[in-house]
Amino acid sequence: MADVVVGQASVTRSAGVRKRSSLRNAVKHKSTVAFLMTLPLIVLIAVLVLYPALYSLHLATLSKSMTKFVGLGNFQFLFKRETFWLVVEQSCIFAITAVVFKALIGFIVAHFVHNIPAKGQRKWRGMLLVPWVIPPAMSTLAWLWLFDPSYSAFNYTLSFFGIGPIPWTGDAAWARFSVILVNIWIGAPFFMIMYLAALKSVPDQLYEAASIDGANWWQRIWYVTLPMMRNIIAITALFSLIVTFANFDIVRILTAGGPLDQTHIFATWAFKVGIEGSDIPLGASVSLFMFPILAVAAIFILRDINKRGNEA
Amino acid sequence: MADVALRKVVKRYDDVEAVRGIDLDIADHEFIVLVGPSGCGKSTTLRMIAGLEDISDGDIMIGGDVVNDVPPKDRDIAMVFQNYALYPHMTVAENMSFGLRLKHYPKAEIKARVTEAARLLDITDLIDRKPKQLSGGQRQRVAMGRAIVRNPKVFLFDEPLSNLDAKLRVQMRIEIKKVHQKVRTTTVYVTHDQVEAMTLADRVVVMNKGRIEQIGTPNELYHKPATRFVAGFIGSPAMNFIPCRLEDVGGTLQIRLTDRIAFALPPARAARYNALPRTEKLLLGIRPEHLTESHAHLGPGVEPFDTVLDVTEPMGMETLVYFGLDGTPVCGRVDPNAGATDGAPMRLAMDLNNMHLLNEATGVVL
Repeated sequence: MADVVVGQASVTRSAGVRKRSSLRNAVKHKSTVAFLMTLPLIVLIAVLVLYPALYSLHLATLSKSMTKFVGLGNFQFLFKRETFWLVVEQSCIFAITAVVFKALIGFIVAHFVHNIPAKGQRKWRGMLLVPWVIPPAMSTLAWLWLFDPSYSAFNYTLSFFGIGPIPWTGDAAWARFSVILVNIWIGAPFFMIMYLAALKSVPDQLYEAASIDGANWWQRIWYVTLPMMRNIIAITALFSLIVTFANFDIVRILTAGGPLDQTHIFATWAFKVGIEGSDIPLGASVSLFMFPILAVAAIFILRDINKRGNEA
Repeated sequence: MADVALRKVVKRYDDVEAVRGIDLDIADHEFIVLVGPSGCGKSTTLRMIAGLEDISDGDIMIGGDVVNDVPPKDRDIAMVFQNYALYPHMTVAENMSFGLRLKHYPKAEIKARVTEAARLLDITDLIDRKPKQLSGGQRQRVAMGRAIVRNPKVFLFDEPLSNLDAKLRVQMRIEIKKVHQKVRTTTVYVTHDQVEAMTLADRVVVMNKGRIEQIGTPNELYHKPATRFVAGFIGSPAMNFIPCRLEDVGGTLQIRLTDRIAFALPPARAARYNALPRTEKLLLGIRPEHLTESHAHLGPGVEPFDTVLDVTEPMGMETLVYFGLDGTPVCGRVDPNAGATDGAPMRLAMDLNNMHLLNEATGVVL
């Protein structure tokens, strides 16, 4: 009997030791420590990103009054609405045009800044970053004023050249142009700074070798600069495509989607039907639509980067 | 292929003169090496020939045409860089053919030239690899291949072996010499390594502080240096410089090194130096190999003297001995079996037939 009791005690003691030592082992593992240290961030992401994402998935399946489960009913309803397809079209035009021009302007400006002697370069870099640093809502308000039908500074200037008043935000085509213009103005400096960093990482001797090989400046850009910057160009374009696609503030402030919903993009239209139209499930369905489109773009671009990853 | 000429070429950066008026004629097919310590203007000179640096003054001619304002791409030159400067996104074949593709050569000819150059450099198996997958030596070969396929007027090499380890450097040096023997293109080669300069060059140009100190064949520079700089720069271990003066003793001209040591000059040398003022401060320049162990049958002009060795360095085929003459450190080269020991006295012999006499103030070899 006594034997048994002693045996039990020893079992509990050894279990305690095992527990402590396994904890010590776990701490010894670098991955465990790393996990513990990133845990606060993981929790934060889960609360602020994962939960809303899943919640919006859930919302998208509810009826307007949020009392009944309707499955994919909201999506079926969206597909039948002309405005929805208009929003899809405008979102694509808006994002692709803006990203292409931001990249192009960023690339050209980065080249100019790169060729400025080091002394003056900081000053120019700082000044050129201003549009990107100002909160978009504020700078868009300034643009709104520039575009104003009655007080437009642009129209005033153009009047000297005999160019008649342009309905910057009043006409569908011009309004589309205006929102893209403002987006390019705000976003181009980001491309500029990324491309400038990439340009600086291209060794000068490659350009020297190319010019001795007989390349003119355009061939040096085409055969040396662009291939060396391909990964940066791809990543920047992807990142910007996502941000531009999900843009809200510029369109909301400049045109509020008008005239006649012609400038609505996903986020602004989701806001309109969801918040202003009090149909939160429908708004959630609209905003969820961005996801598959961006996922496809991301897969293509990242696959291309992986393919070339082990090159340079 | 073409000759290259530099006429009073100057390069100024703001108020610093990096190259101070260089005159140089390089013949067709010649292999010229520019050598000197860092900052002597040798790389700047090469980059001016390439067109990568503007020239501040003077003229550069390639094949008789002044190319001062001709951009690099139109000079018909090829350059091999210290860090190879291969295009990382192109394969070896693409790297080598880049210049030809830009000039729209027919595909068949490009392929033929690349294949031929790859065969010459023994890199045929690597033709489809990217530079990242190559070793330093292989990259260097590709960089040379890129130069060869263009069949340019002039090859320019900017310290091409500096990034390689010692063993590979020797191997590639021979490789470069072989390639030049085959293609015979006029070559300008920049290095700070005097061994590379001596082994590769038809003629060596020794530069110092933006000026040319001396131009000559490797043997001329070694045996007949014009200045103290050249005498000290060419040869390893370096030439010894010992303060000395001339004196007349009983009708013969003597050279006095220390209170204790003075040698009668051989007749040829005595005739040559007789006109010099006896008061002038002079330096005796003598290479370590002309300071050897003494033995019973010394030839004419080889004078024995006793000294105490400070340090000895056995090198295998020879032993370097270090000692002082009135505080001036001197290095000699003796037979490994001559019994040289640290701190021990030793009888050495100085071969005055191979001596140089320099003016201490000007550094000019007299």
